[in-house]
Amino acid sequence: MLSAAIFIPIIAAIVFAFLPRPGAGGPVTERRLQGIATAIAAVPLILLVVAWLNFESTGGFEQVEAFDWIPTLGIGYRVGIDGLSLPLAAMTALLFVVSIAFPVDLRGRAIPYFALMLFLEGVSIGLFLALDLFLFFVFWDVSLVAMYFLIGAWGHGDAQRSALKFFIYTFAGSLPLLLAILGLYLVTEPRTFDMAEIIRQQPLASGTLYATMVFAGFFVGFAIKTPLVPVHTWLPPAHVDAPGPASAILAGVLLKMGTYGFVRILMSMMPDTWAQFALPIGILAVIAILYGSLVALAQTNLKRLIAYTSVNHMGYVVLGLAAAGTVVTGQEAARAIALTGATVEMVAHGLITGGLFLISGAMLARGGTYEMDEYGGLLNRTRSLTGLTAILAFASLGLPGLAGFVAEVQVFVGTLAIYPALAAVGLLGIVVTAALFLRMLQRLFLGPLPERWLRFPDLSRVEASALGLLAFFVILIGVAPAWLLDVVDSFAGPFVGRP
Amino acid sequence: MTDQVGMVAMVGDVLPELVLVAGGVLVLLYALIAPLRLQLGAAVLALGATIVALALSVAMLAGPESLTFFDTYARDRSAIWAKLIVLAATVAVIGLSVPWFRKDPRHGEYYTLLLYSSLGAILLAGATDLKEFIAAMLVSSATGFVLAAYHRRSSPSAEAAIKYYLIGALSNSALLIGVAYLFGLAGSTTLAGLAAGLPEEGGPALVVGVALVVTGLSFKVGAVPAHAWVPDVAQGAPAPVAAFLTTVPKVGGFLFLARFVLALPPEAAGWQPLVAILATATMTLGNLACLWQVDVRRLLGWSAVSQTGYGLMAIVALGSSDLAVPSLLFFLMAYVSSNLAAFGVVVELRGRTALADYAGIAQERPALTGALAISFLSFIGVPPLNGFFAKLLLFAVAIQVGYGWLAIVAAVNTVISIFYYVRVLAPSYFDRAAGPVPVLGRSAGWATVVSAIVVIVTGIVVEPFVRAFAESGLLIR
Repeated sequence: MLSAAIFIPIIAAIVFAFLPRPGAGGPVTERRLQGIATAIAAVPLILLVVAWLNFESTGGFEQVEAFDWIPTLGIGYRVGIDGLSLPLAAMTALLFVVSIAFPVDLRGRAIPYFALMLFLEGVSIGLFLALDLFLFFVFWDVSLVAMYFLIGAWGHGDAQRSALKFFIYTFAGSLPLLLAILGLYLVTEPRTFDMAEIIRQQPLASGTLYATMVFAGFFVGFAIKTPLVPVHTWLPPAHVDAPGPASAILAGVLLKMGTYGFVRILMSMMPDTWAQFALPIGILAVIAILYGSLVALAQTNLKRLIAYTSVNHMGYVVLGLAAAGTVVTGQEAARAIALTGATVEMVAHGLITGGLFLISGAMLARGGTYEMDEYGGLLNRTRSLTGLTAILAFASLGLPGLAGFVAEVQVFVGTLAIYPALAAVGLLGIVVTAALFLRMLQRLFLGPLPERWLRFPDLSRVEASALGLLAFFVILIGVAPAWLLDVVDSFAGPFVGRP
Repeated sequence: MTDQVGMVAMVGDVLPELVLVAGGVLVLLYALIAPLRLQLGAAVLALGATIVALALSVAMLAGPESLTFFDTYARDRSAIWAKLIVLAATVAVIGLSVPWFRKDPRHGEYYTLLLYSSLGAILLAGATDLKEFIAAMLVSSATGFVLAAYHRRSSPSAEAAIKYYLIGALSNSALLIGVAYLFGLAGSTTLAGLAAGLPEEGGPALVVGVALVVTGLSFKVGAVPAHAWVPDVAQGAPAPVAAFLTTVPKVGGFLFLARFVLALPPEAAGWQPLVAILATATMTLGNLACLWQVDVRRLLGWSAVSQTGYGLMAIVALGSSDLAVPSLLFFLMAYVSSNLAAFGVVVELRGRTALADYAGIAQERPALTGALAISFLSFIGVPPLNGFFAKLLLFAVAIQVGYGWLAIVAAVNTVISIFYYVRVLAPSYFDRAAGPVPVLGRSAGWATVVSAIVVIVTGIVVEPFVRAFAESGLLIR
């Protein structure tokens, strides 16, 4: 069933690629195509919800489906879920359904667009469900290619250049990752790429040059994807020039692949080396938090602002991971909370920032610009747009009652016990983030309404339902998070060795 | 009696090669007597001979691995797999050539030369004796020179052939001197004799001899220092010939290079660092030269050079890693299929070379552009294509034998290579086409699409190939 969740969108994408172009009845056929694509995208979501209902929180990998793909080299097709990957995969599926349904300028190339989006959905879910390092890497690289074409063909501004920068930068990050995977593979006994087996074996003890090189390879690869300062510079151009739904996926899903890799591969398979470098990683995370929020504060371009808040939010995640990965005994509860907070932040950020990017796409379609100073006073014209933007913006800055708060409070409570200084400095980021989002809301929705926006259209029914769905989950996680926290905790507890 | 049985067994070992020889003769005779409008029959005959040879080689896979013809020729599974790759490539090139040479009045003879050139590469892949090696090199090179010049009234074709010939002549001379040195040192020309007879402690004569032979082989595989012919042949020779010459001789060259380094005394000849340095120089030079190419065919030529650099990483690991032979064979399979797909697109687009002419072709010819994209992504090493798996194996063996720096250099070069491959692909997908995009003909299109499909399928269904390659011996005695 998990394999069906991965491959149904992929096969649908291949079928789409062979469809003839829609005929002269342009918009009608495009809309039907969008409906079909959304329906297909919903299938993995339904399957993952069923998987969630069957989830037994044992602390290990569940519902594993495996077959020997390349036994000569120890490569297998292995997929399964645990408390870490299930929420991420489900969030991925939800975000894709919303993004595929969201209206976008298809530029007459509807079929390749939906084919690529469906393909990317299958690949992204596959990455989170993969339990084999080779399979993980295959999905990692393929997602880069799909996103490259999405940005290049349907983007705006300097789309081709941003797409190329994205591709080269992240591909350059994937090669140290590949070398590190090979480095780890070559020391397993017998040679295997099986993640569960490697986690069990812990083949690479810390302290040797080889271990440090492998760690560095993994760290660089995941840091570029996350992205951590200073290797984040591919993010703003890629986000700004991508079409709205692709930006949502880029921020909501692709960035999580980096942080997921940190936990699933680096912290699980090389915990001693991670603990060795936990403090420098935590410092990098705090730098990302402050840098991201301060640069976002200075932005006048809406999309760049949201892009830099992504840098900021991923800083919270990595800070929580750094705290969770230390081996301070007696602090298991704090470390578990930090790890849970980091994971919930991954899920929450996906929903929140994905929604914000979709909104910015809607703004571009109506106003033709991302410059926030061009707008103003839209509160009366666009009630639902204002309301949804406000909910998502407040969630992003961590207002209690919304998803962002649940995540951030756990990250900071956990980190406060381990690295109190880092937590204190990181809290400043929240203050700056609050300021920047309030300014954004003020610039867009409050104040006088310029003449040219007297007929500014509100969100359409499709847009409002899509964003409403995201907002619903953001509020649900904020108000009643137990259903999510229990699942994540089933992974986090055993991970930190809580008795 | 045993002698006769032995003779029959020997002949049985080289049945595919004999089929190619006989096929070549038949094609030539047919081409001499057939009128112009029936010259296509020569292609059909050549295709038939190749397919018969393919079938016989597949049958040989099940047989015992041994040396034959008085230890000068190997029938181990590595040689047979190399044979299969060469013959499959020849089938594809015949498919590309039929529409390309349709108007040429003497194109029947072309197929004879093609058959003999692939025979030369096959002999090179199985050679375990230096004399056999020289003979195979000459058969392969001489036919290659003529093939490169086949557009008789075209000066780029003649220029490509002359450059190919001059560099070939120079490296062949170096090769012969190197062979003479090694024969003098070991007292025997068979690789087994070399392994037994070469002085363990090394010495200047050994180093010089090895260096000269490796230089001669670098001509065949298109590596530094004898690489300069590759971009010229890729650009100037007839496009199907360019496809052939940048893929098939490499297979033979790599196989013999692999056997040769296995025959050398491990430390004394210093061949491992030498090959590692050649690999670095080749991949880096080929890569950097691609960056400012504005002619797609020339770019494919330099890309072929850089790909050879990656392949040499497998040679570095020979003797020290059990993954070395599988990585070499898988690399050859991946490289040949990807390169044929790329050149196939060029052939099918009627030899379109200028980079600017590739803008927007995706709207007009989506399947062909898809084949080009698949080929380039395979060169870059994107899963689930076979080029990715080849690179994975190459990186793995390099790290395994302590040449991690080589893997890092290859990784950096891979990132650089994205620039120029995307420089062709991005305009083809994102820009608007300037006009209609005419294509050549049916068999060329089919050959291209089938190559691209092979690139994808062998990237996913990897196990049978990897298992077969892992069980393939590489005999020298």
